[in-house]
Amino acid sequence: MDYLAAAFQAAFELIVSFDADLWEIVALSLRVSLTAVLIAALIGLPLGAAVALFAFPGRGALIVLLNALMGLPPVVVGLVVYLFLSRAGPLGVLNLLFSPTAMIIAQVILVLPIVAALTRQVIEDLWSEYREQLVSLGAGPARAIPTLLWDGRVTLVTAILAGFGRASAEVGAVMIVGGNIDHVTRVMTTTIALETSKGALPLALGLGILLLLLTLLINAAAEGVRRYARARLA
Amino acid sequence: MTAEPMRQVASVPRTAGETYRDSILPCRFEGVVYEVGGKRPIDGLDLTLEAGPVTLLIGPNGAGKSLTLRLAHGLIAPTAGQILWQNRKLERAGRGPRRQSMVFQKPVLLRRSVAANLDYALSVHRVQGEERRQRREEALARTGLTAYARQQARTLSGGEQQRLAMARAWALKPQVLFLDEPTASLDPAATAAIEEIVRAMHAEGCKIVMTSHDLGQARRLADEVIFLNRGRVVEHTPASDFFEQPNSRAARDFLAGKLVW
Repeated sequence: MDYLAAAFQAAFELIVSFDADLWEIVALSLRVSLTAVLIAALIGLPLGAAVALFAFPGRGALIVLLNALMGLPPVVVGLVVYLFLSRAGPLGVLNLLFSPTAMIIAQVILVLPIVAALTRQVIEDLWSEYREQLVSLGAGPARAIPTLLWDGRVTLVTAILAGFGRASAEVGAVMIVGGNIDHVTRVMTTTIALETSKGALPLALGLGILLLLLTLLINAAAEGVRRYARARLA
Repeated sequence: MTAEPMRQVASVPRTAGETYRDSILPCRFEGVVYEVGGKRPIDGLDLTLEAGPVTLLIGPNGAGKSLTLRLAHGLIAPTAGQILWQNRKLERAGRGPRRQSMVFQKPVLLRRSVAANLDYALSVHRVQGEERRQRREEALARTGLTAYARQQARTLSGGEQQRLAMARAWALKPQVLFLDEPTASLDPAATAAIEEIVRAMHAEGCKIVMTSHDLGQARRLADEVIFLNRGRVVEHTPASDFFEQPNSRAARDFLAGKLVW
């Protein structure tokens, strides 16, 4: 019991003393996950909307695939990205393995299906409400995509948040393609895994607390935005 | 009751450079069938919508009034038969701006300001710059919404939302305006406001084709009545004739407030 209490105390000390190593790890985590979510959103929002609005052969299969990919095991994604980026792999010449860029690539692959699949659902629902009006005005599907993404913006924040939750919490993919190299590719989740197995609980606990706080904070901010928007936009 | 004389307003040119030859009317339905789920809510519809009179589509529930508007406006495609517009190549739905507008029972407004809703419709119609600003301000003024220009559209009252839908239709200067029970969920004052806008658009030469369950409204607005029953045209007559001496038993029953079979 003492040892747990001592670990918590050490963890808080690390946090409040702005320990340089700890904040470096937090900063890299945010950089990797936020960049991955941004890229996934830029691709996934229009992709999901297009799947919702356009009829094409194989659409049903694509929807099933997108939904299934939401549950991709991160270690498998890590393995596949590793194979592509390793020296002998097709993209080996880019020399990206064990870099933050490789971690961003792996997380984009994890987050993209979540954003695209949830966007597809949101936009399909909106389209059933808006279709007749937009067609009447003369707006075809291509014009409707940005319109619906904008009108669904409040709900779509949730899709993007779900993606961020996935990216910031996963450990398998970034561990494999990043390599958990100190000061280079060490992020919160990989550090927690490593430090715990080493028995160095204070750093692991401190990061765990920060990770939880961060998630809470971001979700609280998103909820605030949603409430404000709902009251203002009706 | 004394019948109003038929108001015959020719479809006038709507925008600079447009001539009478560009009129999309008449619109002809030839043997139109619309089948859904093994049923035929529209079953062999023949009718012609001419430029000019305010046309009211009336009939009992399920007669096919709304479907007729949607077919004419191109929101759904007939299963059989055809719908012909003059210059019809220009009037296919889903192929860019057209010279017909529709106002629905429940207006779908975008989650942005009142003015931005008008700007959106105008931009889809490729109306830019100063002309867009002018048309937007005029439409706001004509529908009494100028003071609400910056308000979020979805926070307007039901009557104001429908006025915005009318303003949006007006700004596009259509030759034909379809209205699907536009006042069904509005109070009398809001209904009067919508009717006033309908009259003003008609006075500017816009053909009005409207469905209504409100016989008082039909009497107030209609120049001619198309009475539908079971997906077919039963009567197509001047409004005064229809309300005073309906030809068919179905129409007599309907006007007498009886169930029509």
